[in-house]
Parts: sequence; C-alpha cells; structure tokens
Amino acid sequence: MSIKKRFIVSLVASLPMLVMMITNLFGLMIHGDAWIMFGLTTIVMAISARQFIESAWASFKNHHANMDTLVAVGTLVTYVYSIFALLTGRAVFFESAAFVVTFVLLGQVFEERMRDSASSAVEKLVNLQAKDAEVLRDGQYIQVPIDEVELGDEIRVKPGQKIALDGIIISGKSAINEAMVTGESMPVSKKVGDHVIGSTLNIDGTVTFKVTKVGSDTMLAQIVELVKKAQTSHAPIQKTVDQIANIFVPIVLMVSILTFTIWYSFLGASVVNAMLFAVSVIIIACPCALGIATPTALMVGTGRSAKLGILIKNGEVLETVNQITTVVFDKTGTITEGTPKVTNVIGDEKEVLAIAAALESASEHPLAKAILKQQPNSDYVVENFKSIEGRGVEGEINGEKVFVGSPKLAKSNSFEAEMHQLQNEAKTVVTVGRNQQVIGLVAIQDMAKATAKTAINSLHRRGLKTAMLTGDNELVAQAIADQVGIDTVIANVLPKDKADQVKHLQTNEVVAFVGDGINDAPALATADVGIAMGSGTDVAIESGDIVLVKNDLLDVVKALELSKKTFNRIKLNLFWAFIYNAIGIPIAAGIFVSLGLILSPELAGLGMALSSISVVGSSLLLNKVKLVV
Amino acid sequence: MMIKIIVVIVAVVLIGLIAWWFFGKRQDKGVEATLNSKTQTATVSVNGGYNPSTIVLKQGVPAKLTFNRKDASSCLERVVFEDFGINDFLPQNEDHVIEIDTTKAGEYDFACGMNMFHGKVMVKP
Repeated sequence: MSIKKRFIVSLVASLPMLVMMITNLFGLMIHGDAWIMFGLTTIVMAISARQFIESAWASFKNHHANMDTLVAVGTLVTYVYSIFALLTGRAVFFESAAFVVTFVLLGQVFEERMRDSASSAVEKLVNLQAKDAEVLRDGQYIQVPIDEVELGDEIRVKPGQKIALDGIIISGKSAINEAMVTGESMPVSKKVGDHVIGSTLNIDGTVTFKVTKVGSDTMLAQIVELVKKAQTSHAPIQKTVDQIANIFVPIVLMVSILTFTIWYSFLGASVVNAMLFAVSVIIIACPCALGIATPTALMVGTGRSAKLGILIKNGEVLETVNQITTVVFDKTGTITEGTPKVTNVIGDEKEVLAIAAALESASEHPLAKAILKQQPNSDYVVENFKSIEGRGVEGEINGEKVFVGSPKLAKSNSFEAEMHQLQNEAKTVVTVGRNQQVIGLVAIQDMAKATAKTAINSLHRRGLKTAMLTGDNELVAQAIADQVGIDTVIANVLPKDKADQVKHLQTNEVVAFVGDGINDAPALATADVGIAMGSGTDVAIESGDIVLVKNDLLDVVKALELSKKTFNRIKLNLFWAFIYNAIGIPIAAGIFVSLGLILSPELAGLGMALSSISVVGSSLLLNKVKLVV
Repeated sequence: MMIKIIVVIVAVVLIGLIAWWFFGKRQDKGVEATLNSKTQTATVSVNGGYNPSTIVLKQGVPAKLTFNRKDASSCLERVVFEDFGINDFLPQNEDHVIEIDTTKAGEYDFACGMNMFHGKVMVKP
C-alpha cells in the first residue's frame, strides 16, 4: 500500500476523533466514545501503522534501528496502554497514537513528492535525448531509432529538429540552440567542419553531419553519468552525521526510558504522565532530517548547476571550494581565446598582408594561421619557398626575394621604433620584407576573452587571489595579466611543470586550477579543485573536479558561487536538524514543564513531520537562490 | 515505593539490553557470489537491512546483484552505490538487478537513500 493511501486511511479514521476531542472541550461526552476511539485507532494501527511496525521488527532482528522503530515503539506503547486503560476504566489516549501516525505519514507524503522533484535533474537530462534520426542508408534518408545509428553514419537535420548525436557537419549551415547542454542562451551558428552536440536543437537551416560518437560516449551521456555520480556522492561532512545517525535511535530509546523512570520513580508523576513524556521523546526525535539534509541539498545543487552547464563531480568538491584562497588560470585558451589574431599592420597594409599571406599559405605555424585568417587569399604566387629554422620563411614573388619573420632576415629595418612599441604591448611582431628591406610589420596577439576581466574582478571581490601560468615570456604574460587584472604572473613555465607550480603554490594557499588542454590534466589533478574548461579534451574533463561545458570564464565564478551556496545549504540543513533534536527532545522529556512548556505526542508527531519537510524544502530553495556573478 | 524501585531496576536492565543489542560488536559474515562460467550473481534480501550485508565478488568477472525489497519502509526504498553513481529505486517484492563493475579490486559501500542502512561489496582478486 502506498504511503499516500496509508495516509488517507489514517486521516479518515482520525478525523472523528478530532471532532470528539473538540466536543470534549465543550463538555459534551459521547457515550461509549472510548470504545469508538479504540475501533478507529485499531484501524489506523492495523492498516496505516502496520508497515512501520513490520519494518521496525525486521530492522530490530538485524540489530538496526531507524525512524520506523521510533514511530512503531511510540505508537504501540500508547495504543497498548490505552487498551489496558480501557479495560480497567481509566483515561485512554488512543487519539494520540492515531494522530502521530497521521502526522508522520503526512510528512512522508510531502517528503516523497519533494524528493522526487529534487532528484528529477538526471531524468530531465536523459529526456533531452532524441528518440530517432534521419540517417542516410542506401542513398536515402530514412527514420532510424537512435540505438541503431552507427559511427560514421550521415544524419540529416531539418530546422526545428533535434540533433540526434554528436558529430561534425558535412554540409549546410544553421544556428543551433545548445542551451540544454551548455547553458549558453544564445544560439550558436555552425557551418561545415563544426562540431554539433547530440540533443541540441537545430533552429533555421538544414544540415547533414557525420556521427562521431554514439551510445555512452556522447557528450549528453557523459554529462548524465557525471551528474548521477555527483548526486549519489557524499560530502565528507556527512561522515560525522552518519556516525551520529547510526547510534541515534537506540540512544533516543534509552533517553525515553530514562524519562519515564525519572518522572515516575523520582518526581512522583503518575504512570500516564510519565508515559506521555516518554512517548513524546520517542516521537519528536527525527533521524530522518539528519539523514536527508546532505543528499537532498547535493541533488538540487548539482542538478541546478548541470542545467547551467557546470558539472560538479562530487560532494567533496563542494566542501573544498569553501577553502580556496587562490585561483590559478592557464593562459592560452583559458584567459585568452587561444587563437592568435592580427591586431596591427604597419606599412602598406594591402601589400604587406598580400605578401605575408602568400608566403604563409603553406605554413602550419599558429602565427601563419592568424595571418591567413585576416587575409585568406593572395594574388601572389611564391616560388623557391624556403623555411629558415627559427627565423621565418622566404621565397620569390615575380623574381623578387621576399620574406616573413624575424627582422634579422633583412639587412636594415626602418620600422624599428614601431616594432618596439608593439612589442611593449606584448604583441608578437613579424616583419615582412622585400629585397632585403623591411616593408612592413604584422602584429599578432592572443587576445583575452571578453568576459575575462569581469570574471577576475568578481573573484577579487570574493577575496580570492588570482594567478596565471603560462609558457610565454614575462612581457607577453604581464601585458595580458594587466589587461584582465590578474595579481600574479608565473611565466616561462613548461607544460610539464604546470603541476609543480601548482604544488608550489599549495604550500601557502588552497588552489583551484582552471585549464583546458591535455597538458593541463596533471595540474587539474594536483590542484585542490581542478576546473576543466569547456572545449576541453576528454582527459582534462576526466581530471577536473568541476567541468564547465561552456568556454566562458564567468562560469568559473558561477561554479564557485554555486558550490559555496550548496555547501552552505548542507550546513544550514544539518544545523537545523541537530538544533531541532537538541531542543525538541528536552522539551518532550518535560524539562521545561515548570515554564509551562509541554509537548504532547501528537504535537511531537507534527513536529517530526515538519522537520523533514523543512529540510527538503530548504534544499529545494537552492533552485531559487540568486547567483551574483 | 516497591513499584518505583522495580521500575528503576527494569529501566536499567532495558537500557543495558538496548545497548547490548544495538551496539554490541558482531561478526560481519561475507557471502560469496555464485560463480557461473561468465558471470557471478548474488541475491540481497532487503528487509530491515541488507541480508547478506557483505557480498564478496571476484575481480574481472561481470557481476549482477539482485535486490529484493520486502520491507515497506520508505527508508529502504532506494539503494545507493556511491562509487558507481548508482541510485536505484527498489520496487517492493520485485527483483531489481544491479550490475557491478568488478574491474578494480576494493571495497565498495552501499547504503539506503538516507544512509541509515549499510552494506558493502568486496571485489577480491
């Protein structure tokens, strides 16, 4: 029988007793009402409370005790005593047992509903998955269930359809809404060669793409896996709680016996009053609130962050985030765009770029890519192309010798002054020359991301120190750091030494490291909290404690903020759960009777129900908490 | 007066019994899974706790644990394997199969949704 049905039965049986109680207050005694109460309460005990009793007995045989033990013992004592009282003509307390069962079940009905909504994040993610796809088979596009799609299949997606799986676009272009996976609210425009993510929404164009990942390898499947793990993990703070929870119920039983004995044997209370105090103690004690304080907050917190494209791996991370003092960033690709751009051209812009582009068209050098991005085609054709190690490239255009690279390739340099100025701005400067003469300069820089400054500022406002690790020279690194406002620059770090630098910082600080590349994996793992940035590789995601699906630095701030909020909520929940028991039990035991403070078993039952509900409710509020970035 | 003294004595005895019953040290007897040619299986009965509460598995052999919940309590309605990211609902009086990754040896705890009842899986080489 479901909790809800049991609740309804006990509510229906309890209501007449409530009416009797009220009429009693006005001095109207219904003849034989004790027997009616006995009948109604027996129904409650037999149907609604039965499972508490069964479960309590099963636990008892295993040397365990839980919440059901308390409810069962509390109500049975009241019930059995009342039968004895009925037969011997004393006052009965049937309604107490029935009301307690009703209130506890009411609490469980609410709790169940709220727990379901707290744990729905994973389900929502799974439901994002498209059910089928239009796959090219034997020259025709046919509808195929998602499980039957294979690697390398070509899938066509029309406007308004979901992209079924991860892949690379092979024809067409479109704007794609990736909000459900990355949390990015603006649609992203994609063209041939761009990656698409399964379960995102194609908005306005028809595209076909080649499937690169299926099944559990897809991004969505991996996110689901991460969130699941995070939600079942435990924060270390809970270890202590568990130890307390394990001994909690037996101790409460002992306290209850003591309460009875002290009231009856030493304070001269009647059997009835002593028993009511003892039963109240059993009923008000709520190990449930302690038990669900952490898991529900963790579920809501990690679920909400997943919606924002922030994947927190486990509960331990939440706790460590609170202790972070320094955030270290990798420079390339994290603080900066990662792809250098041409920022200035000195000299005859058209001619300089045309020569540079013609010479660099064959090169794979990152600087060459930046130039070609600025000037994809050139009218010139280069002959006798030659690469000069460490200096640049040279060749012949229309019989004239030309070069791109170090000024050392020319005999003289008339742009010396401009060159120094650009270099002081931390730009990489290449010279373009013809016939041994420098005819112009191209300045290239890996620009800081648009949100970098805001993000760093935000971290500083939270009292965190910031640092940047880079393989670049001091000058270039410092210029970027100044642009975005980073405190400390650690330049000239070889990729393999990043982890050592992090370790070095850890002697005085608790360090979070933000990075994205494969070579960041060791540093991510070494740091107290590793934050892997979006576009990142699988390895980086594997070693990160927090994974940002989007490539936005503001998400670093959001991730830290949300982790803190979640952890604080856990602490708040635990605090209330403890305080509730710490205050409730003494009141129930009758310590404050002289102040007129008494808890009847019914009120204790209501209190117990409220404590669980308030904890789950407080966790659900995490969904509404404002994030200040 | 006599009754009052008897009540005190009974109370002391009861408290002692509770302490002995719930806090006394007990041997945790592990149960080995049944080994078939390719898989290993074990059944855990969920009724006021996990029985057996310790299951010994062999490393490298795919394992299936069948949970059967007889207990009606909402306390035991979920089983959580923290290390594997499993948080499954156990339908009452029905078999629910959970596959365990046995590639790495070690002890993996499992617990109910509220972490009040505990059991563990030991993967041994």
